[in-house]
Amino acid sequence: MSAYSITEPSKRVKWIAGILVITYALVTIVPILWIFATGFKTPPDSISYPPKVIFQPSLEGYVNLFTTRTRLAQEDLDALPPPRTWYEAIVRNRNMVIAGPSRFGERFVNSVIIGFGSTFLSIFLGTLAAYGFSRFKVPLKDDLLFFILSTRMMPPVAVAIPIFLMYRQLGLSDTHLGMILLYTAVNISLAVWLLKGFIDEIPREYEEAALIDGYTRFQAFMKVVLPQAATGIASTAIFCLIFSWNEYAFAVLLTSGTAQTAPPFIPTIIGVGGLDWPAVAAAASIFLLPVMIFTILLRKHLLRGITFGAVRK
Amino acid sequence: MAEIVIKNLQKKFGDFTAVQSSSFTIEDGEFFMLLGPSGCGKTTTLRMIAGLELPTSGEIYLDGEEVGMKPASERDIAFVFQMFALYPHMNVRKNISYPLVSQGMSRADVRAKVAEVAGILGIEDILDRSVGGLSGGDRQRVALGRAIVRDPKAFMMDEPLGALDAEFREHMAEELRALHDRMNATTVYVTHDQLEAMQMGDKIVVMNHGLVEQFGTPQEIYDKPHTMFVAEFIGSPPMNFLPFDGEVKPGATTAKLDGQTFAVPQQHEAASGKLVLGVRPEHVTLSDSAKYRGEVLATEYLGTTQIITLETGHGPVKARTSSAQAAKVGETVGLDFNSRTLTLFNGSSGKALKSTLNEGSFGNG
Repeated sequence: MSAYSITEPSKRVKWIAGILVITYALVTIVPILWIFATGFKTPPDSISYPPKVIFQPSLEGYVNLFTTRTRLAQEDLDALPPPRTWYEAIVRNRNMVIAGPSRFGERFVNSVIIGFGSTFLSIFLGTLAAYGFSRFKVPLKDDLLFFILSTRMMPPVAVAIPIFLMYRQLGLSDTHLGMILLYTAVNISLAVWLLKGFIDEIPREYEEAALIDGYTRFQAFMKVVLPQAATGIASTAIFCLIFSWNEYAFAVLLTSGTAQTAPPFIPTIIGVGGLDWPAVAAAASIFLLPVMIFTILLRKHLLRGITFGAVRK
Repeated sequence: MAEIVIKNLQKKFGDFTAVQSSSFTIEDGEFFMLLGPSGCGKTTTLRMIAGLELPTSGEIYLDGEEVGMKPASERDIAFVFQMFALYPHMNVRKNISYPLVSQGMSRADVRAKVAEVAGILGIEDILDRSVGGLSGGDRQRVALGRAIVRDPKAFMMDEPLGALDAEFREHMAEELRALHDRMNATTVYVTHDQLEAMQMGDKIVVMNHGLVEQFGTPQEIYDKPHTMFVAEFIGSPPMNFLPFDGEVKPGATTAKLDGQTFAVPQQHEAASGKLVLGVRPEHVTLSDSAKYRGEVLATEYLGTTQIITLETGHGPVKARTSSAQAAKVGETVGLDFNSRTLTLFNGSSGKALKSTLNEGSFGNG
């Protein structure tokens, strides 16, 4: 029999909390699991009703995602030598041959370049700006900070047309640089505000100690402030990456060829020879992976980052 | 090691003047206390000496060289922060060796030097621990280690004992003083605790509202306060003040308080109007024969001594007497003051009037 405690939740409360958390986790994770599962179904399985939970796994979705295919008449197929690779065999079963690689690889690489590039740039500029705002006397500091925040007060798409025109004039349409700059411009206000909060929490004495110990301010920043701000930088980076990785509207509007990212590309898969749900699901699965890995790697920081400053140590 | 000379040092933050034209000299090897209530400018003064704050005007000489505008990293001064400011992402050894690394010292030399310092402070066993889990005292030692490891010209300490438990503070104060005596390093130490200042300091500067009120040895400051602020700030309980209207002339050896005459040290200064007679509690004795009377309001027993609070014609007066002295609440008794220790103050300016007692001490500061 344990004593009644005000701060410790009772057993019943713990049970209820546990059930709620598990229910919520299931609700959010089932669609993702369904996408992963669909990626390994055959096209007929993917649209069968009632939906199949247990099915014969197939890599057809992935093969279709990475290739373009041509349908051939039966006599032409018979005339071909037997398929040399497993993926040719899969395609041949559907009376098709591989015509070449699809564009998904390039689009994915574009997403990586633009997503990580803009995240890096946002964090780099954001950290420097946040440090300046946190440590130095900046004239009109509060107004500047409010101005920076105000860039987030409307949905970015609201300025889509001016940006579209501007980018056309500047030759930034459909370029990696253009997309990196655009996502950085959107992310930087968030980065400055979040990082300023984190840097404010780092006592100035650490830097002062480093100055006294014979280091320059820049060395103190690099060796003392940055390691201390790692948590904040990591969680800010995740937020920036999630935005630029998932961004759809500007990507549709401003990219079509060389710099097109994966989000506007994935829906176009549907159009190739009917609704190829396994290929779409395979694309979505692959697309989810980098952010998932990035978040899992940094999740310790993320958790600490979100609750940072809540309790004074 | 170095002598530090402060000349007309001033610091303004916008319209607020944190330090008003301070001047004093810290001699080589001295343990020097900057004492004052919070907000008096003592920490700002310390930070200016260290180079963490740039003076608005005035000069700071370190070993004869003017360093007022030099960055902290070029002054060769060590600083112990109140919260220690140990680098949290480094272990104890790295913390202590950090100042040496910046000088480009070789790894073997760094190791040897850190080992030597750890030996002095008795922290060899925690060198490889992270600073996060250390006790307050050990953190204090690591902070000291980081300060002494590079043999700086001077040490600045900003209330280094403030973050420690009361019990442990006493012990650490002794350790600090012993360390100072061993290294003979010029040390400037900021505190708001007058006991700490008296106990550890060779010299004390008392500051208030950015002004240097008095500068001298602990004895001088205690026995010969130059201002009513110093007289009240130093000593527990503080000096008793008996305000009166009257006048003193140079050469006078008495002061008249509303018909009551007290012998005082020979005065060297003329003053009239609102005056204040200052007497330390231990210089008040209870005597039945004394003409000056007071009613006992309260007694506080402190072991060997007691504090007796008396209501007099000039307000409450506290006396520190032996515990053997009998005193009953409500009783009216006579009060005698030790005449050689009395100080007269100008009631409106708060400044002490010059007398045989304090004449010599005005030379300083």
